[in-house]
Amino acid sequence: MAHDSLYAAPPSAGTDTEQTAGRLTGLRAAFGSWDAAVVAALVLAVLVAGVSVQNFATGRNVQFLLLDLVPLALLALPMTLIVVTGEIDLSVASTVGLCSTLMGQLWLSSGLSLELICVLVVLLGGVLGAVNGLFVTGFGLPSLAVTIGTLALYRGLSFVVLGDQAVADFPASWTAAAVRNIPGTPIPAAVLPVLLLALVFGVVLHATTTGRALYAMGNNDQAATFAGVSVARTKFWLFVASGAVCGLVGVFWTLRYASARGDNATGLELTVVTAVLLGGVSIFGGRGALLGVVAGVLLLGVLRNALQLADVDANALTIVTGALLIASVVLPNAVADLRARLHRRRQRANPVAP
Amino acid sequence: MSLTDTGTPDDLAGRRSSGDDRRRPGFTERLLAVRELSLLLALGALVLVTTLRNDRFLSGQSVKDLLLGCAILVILAVGQTLVIVTRNVDLSVGSILGLVAFCTGSLFLAAPGLPWPVALLLGVALGALCGAVNGGLIAVAKVPALVITLGTLYAFRGIDYYWAAGRQINAADMPRSFLRLGNQTVLGVPVLFLIAVVVVAVVGYYLRAYRGGRELYAIGSEPAAARLSGIPVGRRVFAVFVASGALAGLAGVLYAARFGTLDAAAGTGLELQVVAAAVVGGVAIFGGSGSAYGAALGAVLLTTIGSSLAVLRIDPFWQQAVVGALILAAIGLDRLLALRTAARLRGRSARGA
Repeated sequence: MAHDSLYAAPPSAGTDTEQTAGRLTGLRAAFGSWDAAVVAALVLAVLVAGVSVQNFATGRNVQFLLLDLVPLALLALPMTLIVVTGEIDLSVASTVGLCSTLMGQLWLSSGLSLELICVLVVLLGGVLGAVNGLFVTGFGLPSLAVTIGTLALYRGLSFVVLGDQAVADFPASWTAAAVRNIPGTPIPAAVLPVLLLALVFGVVLHATTTGRALYAMGNNDQAATFAGVSVARTKFWLFVASGAVCGLVGVFWTLRYASARGDNATGLELTVVTAVLLGGVSIFGGRGALLGVVAGVLLLGVLRNALQLADVDANALTIVTGALLIASVVLPNAVADLRARLHRRRQRANPVAP
Repeated sequence: MSLTDTGTPDDLAGRRSSGDDRRRPGFTERLLAVRELSLLLALGALVLVTTLRNDRFLSGQSVKDLLLGCAILVILAVGQTLVIVTRNVDLSVGSILGLVAFCTGSLFLAAPGLPWPVALLLGVALGALCGAVNGGLIAVAKVPALVITLGTLYAFRGIDYYWAAGRQINAADMPRSFLRLGNQTVLGVPVLFLIAVVVVAVVGYYLRAYRGGRELYAIGSEPAAARLSGIPVGRRVFAVFVASGALAGLAGVLYAARFGTLDAAAGTGLELQVVAAAVVGGVAIFGGSGSAYGAALGAVLLTTIGSSLAVLRIDPFWQQAVVGALILAAIGLDRLLALRTAARLRGRSARGA
């Protein structure tokens, strides 16, 4: 089961331990297969689209498909870690917007070199993330409410920075570099840093003590504290990392579309959350894996791209996003429920001596 | 989460036993704790400052525009309060509003002679149906509300786009009696706002005085305890989502009446504004606390800030930033008050022992 129910059953004690243990292995089995299910769905979608949709399997389409996915994939990485700890960051798209307009304004008026501006923008993104982190960990406020606040605040500030104007006169060598392919392949070079970061986040989440600690806090904040994990500090740095990645996406977005505007990336936060949940991360924390999230991002991108090529209205495609998300939470729950019911029936058939 | 004064049972009990308490909370603190009062004060201060700057801010037309502007947000915020109080959230309200608004327009296109109350009822019914889809998925399949309503946010909006297929419905396609609903006034007060006031009063009274309403707070405070004390949690949560959907449907019909021009994008992004209004209005995001009156005042305050900025000649681009800062201030204040109240209660029980 990829997602916990909101009202978890009260912890059973004594005679129920057997049953709980049985249920837990059931959960783990269903959850372990979730990553595989998403990957299988992805492979299936690519195959079907490649055979049946015209122009899907062309180099040009692959390039655009991957370029469109770069911001989503980047933002989904820190979001995965944050959701695993049981928090959420809804301000990512607004942070991208603010970083983008700051980049435009700095380029317009500061006279700094573009290299320096890019570094500054990533740092600024980190600072914006630190504000979220401060409110959540320093003041102990719910991240859902805090980041809805900064969602409005940062988007508002990004309009304050540039108004309704756009800065578009970035040097052509830079904007071309953002969409350039790896020589000899249809794969954009921008995919490489995404892969690198995915590797870094994956290793942190799955192969370090910090990563284990993230799961621990997602399952139970207090227990993690008693186990010696510095919950507040870890969460704070997660929000900083999320902000810095937003800065990076802001730079990429600005260069790719050669335009810094206040409304850049509006509404992207919900798509990012969708991708993360589709990847099998529990909204209540404590469960999920990065591989599933990467597969979820790709699945979302492939389906949207293929249907768009098949002439489905781009806006109506949101049905697909919504249906996928709902299916991703209802199906594992239904399966786990069924298994639990079968298990209980089997137990009732041959009762275990206490 | 927060302990704003909404008359939660433990709050009332605490006050009854506070007769011998020497360290009573200070005046300002108690004033701040009654969120409705502090919101009214903030609203009053805002209106006063704006009027001092430009006395036409309180002229009849300007006030009418203001009331018209906030009515739809108020209705949605009240629906959202019902949901958030039970420790859930409904992110699909903007999409339901858009779907129902477009549906109402298409209905008049197909049957021009239809009396508007029928359209109103049908719109509310469609909203309730959408809400039932949300509630059904959440209560039966036991899936978190945030995830499900995020999914239906996309699904309902997608259905809307699919159905509209790029068409636009204009005011000319709708009967005049229906459009009059959107801008008619009774004694200078827009009908739209009166409807919103009725909704606020009914929901506010239900939450405060009815057993069903009190049970919603119990569910939001601690779902497990609520279940153990015999409250039908699943059924209540389902009903709350149906109510929220129905109110979003009502808002959708009113949206159609007010704006006349409809496409599939109506109400996009409204959900976060609605949650913001509720949070500013003192509805704790993790349930169990808050009132419909507060949420409604929050919605009015957010709308007023928008028009005040224009009058004060502040760059309108600041509006969203101010709203964001206000949300952070509101939840920060709640937290501070909750901590102080908790400390005081601790001190009292220590002396009592």
